[in-house]
Parts: sequence; structure tokens; C-alpha cells
Amino acid sequence: MSAFDSVTAARANDRPTAIDYITRIFGDSFIELHGDRRYADDKAVIAGVAELGGRAVTVIGLEKGRNLKERMERNFGSAHPEGYRKALRLMKQAEKFHRPVICFVDTSGAYCGIGAEERGQGQAIAENLMEMMTLKTPILSILIGEGGSGGALALAVADEVWMLENAIYSVISPEGCASILWKDPTKTAEASECLKLTSQDLFKLGVIERIIREPKTADSIMFDSFKTLISQTIDKLSAADTEAMLNKRYNRFRKF
Amino acid sequence: MKPKNELENQGESVENHPYIPNELWVKCPVCKNPVLSSDLSENLKVCPNCSYHFRLGARQRIEITVDSGSFEEFDADMMSTNIIDFPDYTRKLKNAKLNSGENESVITGKARIGGCEAVIAVMNSQFMMGSMGTVTGEKITKAFEYATEYSLPVIVFTVSGGARMQEGILSLMQMAKTSGAVKRHSDAGLLYITVLTDPTTGGVTASFAMEGDIILSEPKALIGFAGPRVIEQTIRQKLPKDFQSAEFLVEKGFVDRVVPRKEMKEMLTRLLILHGSVPAVQESDETDTQKEGDEQ
Ligand SMILES: [Zn+2]
Repeated sequence: MSAFDSVTAARANDRPTAIDYITRIFGDSFIELHGDRRYADDKAVIAGVAELGGRAVTVIGLEKGRNLKERMERNFGSAHPEGYRKALRLMKQAEKFHRPVICFVDTSGAYCGIGAEERGQGQAIAENLMEMMTLKTPILSILIGEGGSGGALALAVADEVWMLENAIYSVISPEGCASILWKDPTKTAEASECLKLTSQDLFKLGVIERIIREPKTADSIMFDSFKTLISQTIDKLSAADTEAMLNKRYNRFRKF
Repeated sequence: MKPKNELENQGESVENHPYIPNELWVKCPVCKNPVLSSDLSENLKVCPNCSYHFRLGARQRIEITVDSGSFEEFDADMMSTNIIDFPDYTRKLKNAKLNSGENESVITGKARIGGCEAVIAVMNSQFMMGSMGTVTGEKITKAFEYATEYSLPVIVFTVSGGARMQEGILSLMQMAKTSGAVKRHSDAGLLYITVLTDPTTGGVTASFAMEGDIILSEPKALIGFAGPRVIEQTIRQKLPKDFQSAEFLVEKGFVDRVVPRKEMKEMLTRLLILHGSVPAVQESDETDTQKEGDEQ
């Protein structure tokens, strides 16, 4: 499979989105919570509390929507500042109640628009990066589809970062890269190779801890084993001393 | 090494020519008036007619900001390599070094400003448009770690087109890395001032540029997460005039103050003192040295 095949798979309309993962892993225990308490509720971010292996957890996902209507509602998973602020509010809440945080990342990038700029898109992302680095509770981030630049990183400053086999994670879209590099946005296949954005590449670069194998079709067996893996990892992360965990998290990013 | 300054070079050529060449005049892009380049340099590269702030090289910025002779540079030799083997990056790096006379897109070090000791980082638009590579992130991170260790304030002058695409995901990771170092510095109760200059966009805006305790900006600087062209392509409409200007960000609540270049050093000094910096006085330094000498 080429890098561009991964790009295509990561963006496929029938790919499971954050809601699918949340539903299949946390079932009826998930209670969605809304709003950033400052401006609005951004539907590109779905977040709430749930139960996993007898433990309360905070769950945050970037949600693209599963059909055209949902995609429009959720702005195709491109969050505005209020989305990142909602995520941060719930992460701070998780810290207060000693709940681990699990993030599902799937976005082509933070939204680029007038309102997003007026309300401080850069500041919202920056604040998440800073606060997540010292959040006194374990964070596990899983890239399930597209990991588009700062808009993805704003939910991926974590103790462990995982990727689905065909997910991608990149500083710029292959189209953006191609138009800058070759003044030709159609050379996406070449750009995809250059950017080293596949799960294999990123594992080699030490950017992620684990690759989650994808079955041909997303079936329940995959979700069941995935749930067990998440639960075991959350147990492991929760057992660590907080200061040691934070030092490890700092050094995880310090090494790059 | 002395920085390259196109205006200075033009100044040198004047001495060799009996006639004043056209290059001696610079047309202000805002008021369109011609400005004598020597006047412009004397005026800290601010248009005397309309106060337009021309872009300033990093070395010149340091020169006009810190007390004369007080700058001690950190990590001057640190250099980027083509870590992910990106096409043409090796050549681009070489050109950037030649064009800017610098090894990276940021200069870091320790200096005195109005007598107050501070760690400073100054980004350089002449080096790949101030893009953030791993060495940029590393130098900034090390500067913050040094400041945390020695309880010093940090002042960062930003100018950046954003992430450095040629370093792929490792460029993105610098946003997290630098933010972590800023957070530790902040948690230690230390002051961080950002000075945004034209233009500050992308990954730098979405990390340390927006993380200062106090965020200042030069007049009319373009500041944003997405660049204006990207936004126009996304929303398929023209942006209003002055959208993403420093003044606009003050209005929206994301910048504390717009400070003209001529007043920046004084403003920084006042803020440093209000946050507990004690300005060293030249004479008292000599007295201290004298005393130590006497004791020996
Ligand atoms: Zn002018």
C-alpha cells in the first residue's frame, strides 16, 4: 500500500468516525456534554464522560459526520476555537475528578475561516498544547482517520499516541504540500510519499507508540479487542506516579 | 558575524558613485512615498511619513532592543539537516544560510534590556520565512529551559510563515515541544513576553506566539493561524481590510498592546521591572568588581 493509498483510506466516506468508536467501545455508558462555557457548542468536537473497565473516563473526539447532513452539521470535523476550548474544559474536568482522558482524532485540520480567526484559533490550539503537557491525569490519543496538523495535535499531546493502520498524520495536507512544492496540487501521491505521514513512517520516527491493525471491514471483533487494549493501557498509565508520568510526557515530545 | 542588510549595502554603493542612484530611495509600500534609505535606517526602518514598519532582520532587531554589548548568543552553531530526506530541502537550507547569513530561523541568547537580564529569542524572516524546523524548536526550547533554570524572564520576537513542511511531522512536534518548555517556565512563576511582528502565522501562532503572559505586537503586523490566502480559498470570499492586523487582534482580545518599534525597548524594560527584574547599573557593576578585587 502506498502513502497515497493511506491518504485515500483515511479520508474514505465509509470509514468509522469518532462516534462509531465511542458507541462501540463505551456503549450506553457515554454521556455527551456540550459547550465551551465561553461562546458556543462546536459540533466538530464530541465529548463527554463514560465508563471503561469499571473506571470513569473522559472521552473527546473530532467528529466528521457519517453522512452529508451530519458532515455539514459537524463542519466535516474541522473545529473552531470553541471546539478546542470545549475539549480543554473537559480535560480540566477530568483532571479534577481524576479521570483518564481518551481522544479520538480525525480532522483534515482546524477550520480556516473568519470566525475561527476572530475567536483565536491559534490561541485556542496553543493553550491546549500547553495545558495538556501538564494535565495531571493520563491522556491517550488515537488517530483514527486524518490527523491534520495543529488541529489534530491540539488533541494529541498525550502519554501515548496510537494510529489506526491506515490513518495519516501530517504537518500539511498532501495537496497543500504539492501546490507549494511543485505549484501543482494534483501531485498529491508524490507529496504523500515525501511527507512521511503513514502509520509505519510515524512509528519509525517515534511519533506514535502503537499501530492498530485494521481488518478489511470494521467489524465488532476489532472493536472488542481494541476496547481491551485501551482499557489495559489506561490501567497501566493510571498506575504510574503523576510526577513521573508528566516527566515522561514532557520528554516524549522533548526528544523531537 | 555582521548581518546582511540590503539598505546598508545600498548605502555603501553611494560612496562610490557621484550620482545618487535610484536604489537609494525606497518606496514605502503603504503611503507610496519615496524614503531615503539612510533616513529609513536611522528611523529603525519605520516610514517617516506614515509610520509603516518595514521588516527588520533578526540581528538588527537584537541591536535595537538589547543594551549595547550585552548579548550572549546560545547555540549559534546548531544547524538543520534533511532529516526526512525531503526533496530539495538540502539545497533550500544552503540558500537560506547564504541569504540570511544565519544558521537557522531563530537567534537565541541572553542579554540586558534597560539593564534587566532576560533570555531572548528573535525569529528571522530571511531564513525560510521564519518557518519552524526542529532546530528552531530546539533553540527556543533550550532558551526556555535555561531561563527556567536561572529564573529569568523570556522575550520572544516572532515572525513566521508557520511550520517547515520539509521536516514533515517533526516540524509539527516542535509546537508541542516548545509549548511544554513555555509551560514549565510559566509554572515556575516566570515572565514570558511575546512580541509579534509581521507576519506571524501558522504553527508559531498556534504555539509559543500566543502563550505569552503579555502579548505585544508591532503596528499593522499580520497575525493569524491561517494565512489570508488560505482563508479566502476556504470561504471563497475576500477578507475585510485589516482583518488579522495587530490592531484587529487587540480589538478581538488576543493581543495586549500594539507598541511602535521606537517605544518597544522602553515598554519591555518597564514590564520587566514591574515583574521584579532589577536593572543593573553600570557603576555598581564596577564597584562590585572593585570590592571583589579588594577582598582578594
Ligand atoms: Zn509610508
